[in-house]
Amino acid sequence: MRYIDEYRQPDSVNALICQLNLQAEKLPYSASRPLRIMEVCGGHTHAIFKFGLDQLLPKNIEFIHGPGCPVCVLPKGRIDAAINIARQQNVIFCTFGDAMRVPGKSESLIIARSQGCDIRMVYSPLDALQLAEQHPHKQVVFFALGFETTMPATAVTLQTARARNLSNFFIFCQHITLLPSLIHLLKQPDNTIDAFLMPGHVSMIIGATPYQFIVSDYQRPVVIGGFEPVDILQSISLLAAQKITGQYRVVNQYKRVVPDAGNCNAQQALDEVFRLQGDGEWRGLGMIEEANVTLTDAYAQFDAEQHFNLPEQQVADDPDACCGEVLIGHCKPWQCPLFANGCDPQNACGALMVSPEGACAAWYKYRRQEVTYEYH
Amino acid sequence: MCIGIPAQIVAINDDDSGLADVSGVRRQINLALVGSYDEHGTSRLGQWVLVHVGFAMSVIDEQQANETLTGLQQVFDAEYLEQGEK
Amino acid sequence: MNTINLAHGSGGLGTQQLLDHLFMRKFANPLLQAREDQARIPLAALAGQGQLLAFSTDSFVIDPLIFPGGDIGKLAICGTANDIAVSGAQAGFISCGFILEEGLSYRLLETIVDSMAGTAARAGIQIVTGDTKVVPRGAVDKIFINTSGFGVIPQQVHWSMQHIQAGDQLLVSGTLGDHGATILNLREQLGLSVELQSDCALLSELIAPLRTMAGIKTMRDATRGGVNAVLHEFARSSQLGMEIQETALPVKAEVRGICELLGLEPVNFANEGKLVIVVAPQAAGQVLDVLRQQPLGKDAAIIGEVITTSGVRSTGAYGVRRTLDLPYYEALPRIC
Repeated sequence: MRYIDEYRQPDSVNALICQLNLQAEKLPYSASRPLRIMEVCGGHTHAIFKFGLDQLLPKNIEFIHGPGCPVCVLPKGRIDAAINIARQQNVIFCTFGDAMRVPGKSESLIIARSQGCDIRMVYSPLDALQLAEQHPHKQVVFFALGFETTMPATAVTLQTARARNLSNFFIFCQHITLLPSLIHLLKQPDNTIDAFLMPGHVSMIIGATPYQFIVSDYQRPVVIGGFEPVDILQSISLLAAQKITGQYRVVNQYKRVVPDAGNCNAQQALDEVFRLQGDGEWRGLGMIEEANVTLTDAYAQFDAEQHFNLPEQQVADDPDACCGEVLIGHCKPWQCPLFANGCDPQNACGALMVSPEGACAAWYKYRRQEVTYEYH
Repeated sequence: MCIGIPAQIVAINDDDSGLADVSGVRRQINLALVGSYDEHGTSRLGQWVLVHVGFAMSVIDEQQANETLTGLQQVFDAEYLEQGEK
Repeated sequence: MNTINLAHGSGGLGTQQLLDHLFMRKFANPLLQAREDQARIPLAALAGQGQLLAFSTDSFVIDPLIFPGGDIGKLAICGTANDIAVSGAQAGFISCGFILEEGLSYRLLETIVDSMAGTAARAGIQIVTGDTKVVPRGAVDKIFINTSGFGVIPQQVHWSMQHIQAGDQLLVSGTLGDHGATILNLREQLGLSVELQSDCALLSELIAPLRTMAGIKTMRDATRGGVNAVLHEFARSSQLGMEIQETALPVKAEVRGICELLGLEPVNFANEGKLVIVVAPQAAGQVLDVLRQQPLGKDAAIIGEVITTSGVRSTGAYGVRRTLDLPYYEALPRIC
């Protein structure tokens, strides 16, 4: 597959590992206190585990798996709210497959579907819009999940809905933006994040400039990386180089996809349709300042929460779950007392086990049998 | 977090929609975020884009793609030169 | 007769008419047409073939009913025939039970029954007994079919998971996940257009030359759960480990495209016409050659081996080994 296979070549991966091993010798880090690189994004987490890249790194470099998994950080109560909407009369509830099996307080969307709710899996918000046009007497609600990568798709869909004067299409807005959560993590006094591998696909929308504050205010090097093994390893090498020289900046490794300025059309659509207003709850992290994504007044008519007048739903996680500790690098997934001991992908006790790209779920799925638990 | 796949645009319609091809799999996609024409007025037919949730989100820059790989080849060569194996 | 109604399942004249017009006519054979309450199969002919009877049952509830490469009827015959065939036996006789939803189109039922008759005839299988029920609208989804069948395991064939040993090679007879990828796209209406077909097929011809070959330990046809599910069954039964090489897995470009687009893995996608075979190391090359000489086996490959450390694992392109989990649920498409 073009633009994929070239970045998976074993020769290229081996060359990068050799380069990293040489760089590792010059790093001011050891196996007992390694260079901790936070890879923010679930897509990176998934690729790292799928290709085993963490196993190939030098002993004094390791990954911390960040909170960039929109399903993982979705507060449990929001699923109950979604099911609540789906149970209303004449509603067709549309969702990405990712959210179908996430349990709320007592059930998930897939179970609600089996009980008779009209819940449909879609690949694109435009599929939901099409359903609204095909079923003018139904109320079609789209479960809008995802970071800035996915938000422009929702925005364009809503712009189209407005232009076509649709009155039976709504979104249940659970979009989140990346930076508030990173600021929240960096503000934790005892976080051990030394560097950041930023998500390439969020960056293709927002560009490179928004990350500048991490270098200037928090003195951490930043590389924007793609998702193939070569991209990830090259990004690590670029971060290691910055750590060796001590000269930090925002570097764009994923230039074939990420323009430094981002996607202007997408940014305009986001500005028109969405705004950040108030604090937002992230499962596993708690309340994040200025993180609540809502619709602008011009698009308020499409807000499912306003339209359906939903009650507040707060559902707490197991107090023994160490999700927050894992997210700031204090704890490895398998060090949580609940890991594979009551908490597994089938019965997720916390945020990081809920979706396949959560750190705990990835560890459980890909590494459970192999782990030689090395204590750094 | 976001599965984005490189795909080639194999058809463009008048209404900002098009057909993308990934390894023989084709799907209708929306081109509003990248436009049906590039900055020189050339149609995007045949160009490669990054597809996510049914939208083309970014146009793949072939020159940059090659430079990433060329950079790797230099690493590869340097690695072998250092080890004196070439 | 436009649609199926409750009378067709009531045991009275309606049932008789349906039987006469459709099943008896399409499945015609002397055993069925004797119209006894049971099929009476002469034992003597069977007894001469071997000591063991292989007997299997399977139910089919697939949606959509008709898909590129097959339909629920073809699947119903192939599924049971293949379950028998992987024992070394050849299925000669099959039963089928239908549960039909009131309101089902008669034309659609006829298409399915034609497909069953044609598939059975190609396999030399007779449908010798059956049953039909009709349930009220909504009690089933259009049509459910159960087939059961048996065949005699030839005297010289001793395929069993008990024979699996460390060092044995793991082979597949062709590309992974064609059926699952085809069905997922249709069922969930993902809007992907792709020249992909279910690999639904009778495997008896592919298996025939293997019956006389040395070194074959056991085989399964990969169905729901894909090749991964079979590997887990082998691992569980033998208490040994199954280790596959990711780069050795034969996968069609289109299936790979679907997997990359939706964040899925071909080892977990269903197949309906592929074998997973455990072969002694010294015989693996020869078995591979024999498979590849046949149309259904042209993409056959050695994908891994049996090791002493229990569990199921996959080694990736960079030499890193990872657990190959058996998913609790069928994986759903991801966008994240």
